[in-house]
Amino acid sequence: MILKNPYLILRRVSQISIMTLYILANIYGLTILQGNLSSSLIFGTIPLSDPLAVLQMIFAGALISTNIIVGASIITMFYFFIGGRVFCSWICPINLITDLSSFIRRKLRFDTIQKKQPASRNIRYWVLALSLILSTILGVSAFEFISPISMVHRGLVFGLGFGWAAILIIFLFDLFVLKNGWCGHICPLGGFYSLVGKYSFLKVTHNHIKCTECMKCKEVCHENQVLSMIGKESIPVLSGECTNCARCIEVCEDEALNFSIINRFAKK
Amino acid sequence: MNNDRREFLLKSARTVGLVCLSGLIWSAYVDELTASKLILRPPGALKEKDFLSTCIKCGLCVEACPFDTLKLAKPGDNKPLGTPFFNPRDIPCYMCIDIPCVPVCPTNALDEKLVSTNGKLDINSAQMGVAIVDSQSCIAFWGIQCDACYRACPILGQAITIEYEKNERTGKHSFMKPVVHTDVCTGCGLCERACVTQKASIFVLPREVALGKAGDYYVKGWDEKDQRRVKNAKEIKTTTKISKDKAIDSLNDMGDLLDD
Repeated sequence: MILKNPYLILRRVSQISIMTLYILANIYGLTILQGNLSSSLIFGTIPLSDPLAVLQMIFAGALISTNIIVGASIITMFYFFIGGRVFCSWICPINLITDLSSFIRRKLRFDTIQKKQPASRNIRYWVLALSLILSTILGVSAFEFISPISMVHRGLVFGLGFGWAAILIIFLFDLFVLKNGWCGHICPLGGFYSLVGKYSFLKVTHNHIKCTECMKCKEVCHENQVLSMIGKESIPVLSGECTNCARCIEVCEDEALNFSIINRFAKK
Repeated sequence: MNNDRREFLLKSARTVGLVCLSGLIWSAYVDELTASKLILRPPGALKEKDFLSTCIKCGLCVEACPFDTLKLAKPGDNKPLGTPFFNPRDIPCYMCIDIPCVPVCPTNALDEKLVSTNGKLDINSAQMGVAIVDSQSCIAFWGIQCDACYRACPILGQAITIEYEKNERTGKHSFMKPVVHTDVCTGCGLCERACVTQKASIFVLPREVALGKAGDYYVKGWDEKDQRRVKNAKEIKTTTKISKDKAIDSLNDMGDLLDD
């Protein structure tokens, strides 16, 4: 292979070009992709909306327009098929920050010092539930008020203000406090997409015959609990928490990991 | 076994505690932000409470605005994050006839119905806010000739009119005082932008902040239409401690007087 990490480069291209399209839309009125990750328009016609934001709006008791239901359905269906957390690794701007954090962490060998993670990865589902409960009580989409995802993304398109502080907090938190802290433990949007993409068709598959148990995949994976089958069984990564970022595929020198399309309709 | 159970209980308790704590901080923060009332919203915006629950913070209205009037609240603006607003002294609303910011809204947080008359978009029916004159600092009230706000008003002669008054002191010059008609004013802020004083003496406030309400009790007796309003008036009965006593007792009660 010519490129050592083609998926990583593709992911960065995807993240940055989507961002650029949004920014161009705001500055020059380019109509390919307008709005931001909360809600956008493709070519000024096809609506796209953040399904978690819409869910919070429903809980907050807002009247939901047809446009936004269509937009949220398109996005949900898309991620339902290709894996919910594809959003996290291929689109979300926070991923750039947290990837930088974990890159530095690996280089500085912080992980070898702090082996056991003190926090549960299920916190995100608690935060998700909390965001819906608070939306109901407060009558506003509660997570959207504090979400660093929309804050940063909106900030890059429309002006950042104090938003750089959110970037810094997440960066430092991931670097010093908790490995993969934000994306892997707290973010309720990641939790939501984990649930959406649980039964997706595109999955990373492991071939344990080829595997030499070097554990490079586990080292690089942001959600390494999903790789529990490494070296044991030849099964796909079934957990919805896998982000389909394909880092494991790239670092595996034995080609024991690859993408595959799962036939969900096959009779068992 | 026993240790496992203890650990499980401890962990659960810790999670529940953490969730409660973060929930409290979170809701306090949201409460604090949503309490700020002095925000001017784009035309057609729903009532603030409904607006906050409906707006998805996508910024499509901001992109549609050809004058860069609308901004999305950034962290540090002390406004609900990501919601659109404008600051008329910087850039007012230029009241486009086709109101590009409204139809583009995906959630109807900006409602076309609120800026339409007879099914047609009509920016003059927008109620973004209302202009208020500070008569103490307005130089026209001092007798210095200025009609900047009057001239800047896009609904010239209706939203702001000039009231002439003779100067009793000199007997010569007249005052030309601007008067805002709150039923016509859209709150676009062109007057605030045009005001010549150091800090604008005419400025736009949200309508619910700036306007009072007489209620249905007070009716213009000389206006037949207005008289119909009295039917809506509901009886308000106030009972105080004193009104429970007989009138004569109340007159004979010297308690309060003797105390002093």
